[in-house]
Amino acid sequence: MSDVPRFWRESNHRYRLVGTKCNNCGSIFFPPRDVCPKCRRESIGKMQELELSGYGEVYSYTIVHDGLEPFKFQVPYIMAMIKTDEGPLITGQIVDADPSEVKIGSRVRVTLRRIREEGKTGIIQYGYKFVLEK
Amino acid sequence: MRDVYIVGVGTTKFGELWDKSLRDLATEAGLKAITDAGIYSEDVNALYGANTSAGQFIDQEHIASLIADAAGLSELGIPSIRIEAGSASGGAALHEAYLAVASGKYDTVVVGGVEKMTDVPPEEANKIIGGSLDAEWETFFGVTEASLAAMIAKRLEYEGKIRREDYASIPVVSHRHGSMNETSHFRNAIKLEDVLKASYVAQPLTVFDSAPLSDGASAVVISANRTLINASENPVKILSSEISTDYLSLHDRSSIHSINAFKRSSKKALESAKITKEKVDILELHDSYSIVGLLQLMELYGEKEALDLVRNEELYWNKSRPTNTSGGLKAHGNPLGAVGIYQVVEAALQLRGKAGQRQVKGARYALLHNMGGIGATSVTTVLGVE
Amino acid sequence: MASIVSYGSYIPRYRIKAEEIARIWGENPDNIKNGLMVYSKSVPAPDEDVLTISTEAARYAINRWGKENRGKIGAIYVGSESHPYAVKPTASILVESLGLDYNIMAADYEFACKAGTAAMQNVIGLVDSDMIEYGMAIGADTSQGAPGDALEYSASAGGTAFIIGKKGIADINRTYSFTTDTPDFWRREGEKYPSHGGRFTGEPAYFKHVLTAAKKMMELMNTKPEDYDYAVFHQPNGKFPTRAAKMLGFKDSQIEEGLMTPYIGNTYSDSMIIGLSAILDKAEPGDRILAVAFGSGAGSDAFDITVNDSIKSFNRDLAPTVRKQLENPIWVDYANYVKFRKKIIMRGD
Repeated sequence: MSDVPRFWRESNHRYRLVGTKCNNCGSIFFPPRDVCPKCRRESIGKMQELELSGYGEVYSYTIVHDGLEPFKFQVPYIMAMIKTDEGPLITGQIVDADPSEVKIGSRVRVTLRRIREEGKTGIIQYGYKFVLEK
Repeated sequence: MRDVYIVGVGTTKFGELWDKSLRDLATEAGLKAITDAGIYSEDVNALYGANTSAGQFIDQEHIASLIADAAGLSELGIPSIRIEAGSASGGAALHEAYLAVASGKYDTVVVGGVEKMTDVPPEEANKIIGGSLDAEWETFFGVTEASLAAMIAKRLEYEGKIRREDYASIPVVSHRHGSMNETSHFRNAIKLEDVLKASYVAQPLTVFDSAPLSDGASAVVISANRTLINASENPVKILSSEISTDYLSLHDRSSIHSINAFKRSSKKALESAKITKEKVDILELHDSYSIVGLLQLMELYGEKEALDLVRNEELYWNKSRPTNTSGGLKAHGNPLGAVGIYQVVEAALQLRGKAGQRQVKGARYALLHNMGGIGATSVTTVLGVE
Repeated sequence: MASIVSYGSYIPRYRIKAEEIARIWGENPDNIKNGLMVYSKSVPAPDEDVLTISTEAARYAINRWGKENRGKIGAIYVGSESHPYAVKPTASILVESLGLDYNIMAADYEFACKAGTAAMQNVIGLVDSDMIEYGMAIGADTSQGAPGDALEYSASAGGTAFIIGKKGIADINRTYSFTTDTPDFWRREGEKYPSHGGRFTGEPAYFKHVLTAAKKMMELMNTKPEDYDYAVFHQPNGKFPTRAAKMLGFKDSQIEEGLMTPYIGNTYSDSMIIGLSAILDKAEPGDRILAVAFGSGAGSDAFDITVNDSIKSFNRDLAPTVRKQLENPIWVDYANYVKFRKKIIMRGD
């Protein structure tokens, strides 16, 4: 995770859930795809960007105790798979919640947070996380 | 396609092998395998090496050449190829080697797998293991492999399909078997309570639900050379080797608790081997996490039968469905690139009747499943003896 | 005349009580609570900063306005004393995180606690001069007080965003600023914690600037305190704005609605404007508001605002109100507070 362009080229997707829609079959994808896995060659030139609403519900979750180093200040942190209202399942953290508040089926909405930072001198990498919708 | 046999096997002990380097491990396993096969380096037409992440673990790429060099093969200049498919690298390397020999290109080939994981701190190793997942859309956001396994378990429990004990009992079986295997990383038997009460990795999974970080290497000699096969006391035939892939990220799959790639690879492998799953005497599953071990049983036998087997404790070596007699990844160890090859070593020992204390009586067929990540790559190998 | 078209405020969910901070430094919590009128303050989560807080506040403002209008915003200015980067604008990240049109003017501002209102004034100017149709002004901070310093009881985090255009819900009748060189509070380049002049921050700084700006505004508008339904002053603590109001002749009932610092602390560039936001959460057509910000160093920006009929058809429920966000906090202890604020020396630090 050490190069700026690699982070930068995903920023619209990670900042505000810009995915893709296949205009051949209507399927919506997040993360974005260059080709539709259902239509394959038929989808060439028919994949269009689409911004998700950011609302969904918890499909499953876990409380991570043995976490990755960049998240050491947040351990134990909640990782979840969110079933978005548009369909795609997104993997991300649920923040600002006590683990006991989170249930499968809980309504959530997207928020923007710091995900990682490249040491003390490098860039700050932002991206989506989710909060419980009250 | 020619018939291809396993004519020699070798392995190092798996575990925290502080005094051994990657090249030491690979060389030890390879030399044991050719000694077991009763051949010399000159008889080897090619090397296929499986390794998942030496570039990150020890800053070393170009493993194929390194292993050939370390094994003393540089003067011979034989072809050496590295295969990487995450933690399914071993199974994938065997697949490629099998195709090369079956096609007639090579007669005798050494297939090895090696990983040196303990030269980095555990948190670094944890990150590297995540390399088998989707770096941009999973691990970037804090996902570990354990957290994905945990979310599968949580969902299945929520749906009422399984109970905590069902998957917590998988490591208990693995440790019992591992205790009987002298090359195991862990040789202690454990109880169900040990699994439940251990510290959490990702709730509900504990450290005992998770395979360890291990060093180790394994190698096998495969051949279509009749003289060599006939000279072998108990040649084990490769009946089939099939690979299937799935979406790299768990969230993109049709169901997070179906291992579709295993469904496909196992079906094809059984068909190609012309046997039914009921014929399988030895089953080695990729139990990187207890829950994914259970999922594989469910894919193979169906949900109900799999749960019956677990609940009735039928997975032990002396019961009806011996599973992970090696100790599995949980007890025997999980040196990523080596595990797929070690499964072949274990199966060959069992099918030859040389598995000692944990020997499954009269074993004739083995089905081995080696998986990359949580099922983005699945390699099923079926072995048998006459 | 420029008008507030939409607005939104965000407060982090984590909070710490004055008692908890007092416990660590051996202070009498009653002295803090009665003396400063600060009972608790917001604490940003470890993954929050001025960009994330600004994004959240701005998304609330956009939700109330209509996401489909985003493309019409022609300028975005963000005021803060704790921008995530020393060099690299917060504003440009917001253009992407909010999905604004790339044909946009953008910059970061800093003027201690009044950078947010400085941003508003710039947008007002651009709207009034027809250079843009709509603009966004944000004030947000994740301010730090040195451990053990009196500021530690109040320095907190929050953000407020305003969308300003020609026709909105609250017309900005006039804005006026008063600026002098008064070094009451500062932070040198590269320093983590700010320094301040102690009691010098009171009379010659806060009170002189706030009172001058308020009086001058009333003089310019020919108004008296009783002409306003609401007043809100920069609130570094609960005590200063309460005293300033009294000195100017305002009643407690006029300032209560906008007095947020006792519960969330001093959110710096967001401090006065989150009070304004709380007033707009409740305001009705015809309500008149006097809003005066103060930034150390020092200056005051005053605004005379009249809420118009459009507020009736404006759906405030499309984002959480300020008072709604006071509910259901997660209380942290001092140990978690220093962990969240990264005041622990880690390996490699």
